[in-house]
Amino acid sequence: MDILGQLITSFIATAAFGVIFNAPKETLVKCGLVGMGGWIIYYIAEKYTGDSVLATLLATLFVGIVSQELAKFSKTPVIIFSVAGIIPLVPGGLAYDTMRNFVEDDYFHALALGAKVTLLSGSIAFGLVFSEVINQVIRKIRRNKVFRI
Amino acid sequence: MENEKTHTYEIMEVCLLAGKIMLQSGGETYRVEDTMMRIAAAFGIENSHSYVTPTGIIFSAEGAEPTKTKLIRISSRSTDLKKVAMVNSISRQITNGEINLQSAHTLLKELEDLNVTFPFIIQVVAASIASGCFMIMFRGEWNDFIPSMVTGGLGYFGFLYFHRFIPVKFFSEFLASFIIGFIALVLVKVGVGSQLDKIIIGSVMTLVPGLLVTNAVRDLMAGHLVSGLSKGAEALLTAFAIGSGIAVVLSYL
Repeated sequence: MDILGQLITSFIATAAFGVIFNAPKETLVKCGLVGMGGWIIYYIAEKYTGDSVLATLLATLFVGIVSQELAKFSKTPVIIFSVAGIIPLVPGGLAYDTMRNFVEDDYFHALALGAKVTLLSGSIAFGLVFSEVINQVIRKIRRNKVFRI
Repeated sequence: MENEKTHTYEIMEVCLLAGKIMLQSGGETYRVEDTMMRIAAAFGIENSHSYVTPTGIIFSAEGAEPTKTKLIRISSRSTDLKKVAMVNSISRQITNGEINLQSAHTLLKELEDLNVTFPFIIQVVAASIASGCFMIMFRGEWNDFIPSMVTGGLGYFGFLYFHRFIPVKFFSEFLASFIIGFIALVLVKVGVGSQLDKIIIGSVMTLVPGLLVTNAVRDLMAGHLVSGLSKGAEALLTAFAIGSGIAVVLSYL
């Protein structure tokens, strides 16, 4: 039941973000699906490992690879799918907590949270770059096979 | 000779126009460079160089005559993925040889002035729905769903509305997050909402510079150091604006 609620809300939230970013109408459902997949991977991985950095990395890898494939399939720029898919993973809540601790003069906690925010956004970027590399490798392997045949 | 010169300038015009629209709509740096070089190559300029930063593009085309260089300034940036996709498809048509130089120029000119965004109301509704959903995703309670929809929607409305007559993005973001903090506080005080933190986090997500941060780090990793750093600076400014807007509410009200 909990998972079901997360699935529905993440789908709607990502698709709504597609509207805010003015993605083409016909891609909105795909954006929502990409975001839903990424968020569920994050949610489950975070629940079982307790490590949000690893969970974010896995989810971003998924979002990156799927959006590259979708982009190739529908002949649109990758950014349309990847941006919407990544939005739920952005550590907005933690960034808010950081700011709140700063405001309440609790600099010790604020700095610790700030470091976590940096790590999380770093892992998002790393996941994106890594998925691009994986895709290029896959493409090269496929091309080589075509040559051999 | 003279004819060829004007021809090169026309090609450069088309390349720069495509690059400008893409960059203004939030396209990635490498995509802008790639698109411009592809268009140039399709029209017969084999050697072209481009230098793209979020605030300007320098493009130069080498040929038989002396190298020509043009600079274009980018003053406003927003996120409009549909335009990126449209420029992408135009450049695809050019490289496939389906349209010629003149029609490409007119198509891009039309696209530049075209407004393809969703209507104002739909954007606000989308933002408010997204806020409610984000609140649930951050493990909030379902009884806070409506309050965070209201806060998020009004906050985003404020952002769009202020941005129309205050050109400073920092200030409209600050005001929007102030509105979010204020409304959330009022709703919790009145007793409609229960968890102040969750409502604020959910509503603020529509303003968070997630796109900028990830694009910044990607640019840095791809070797576009200048644009990576400047996008990072823009993201930092936005985050600071949001944080201080909320901070004012939390500490003084």
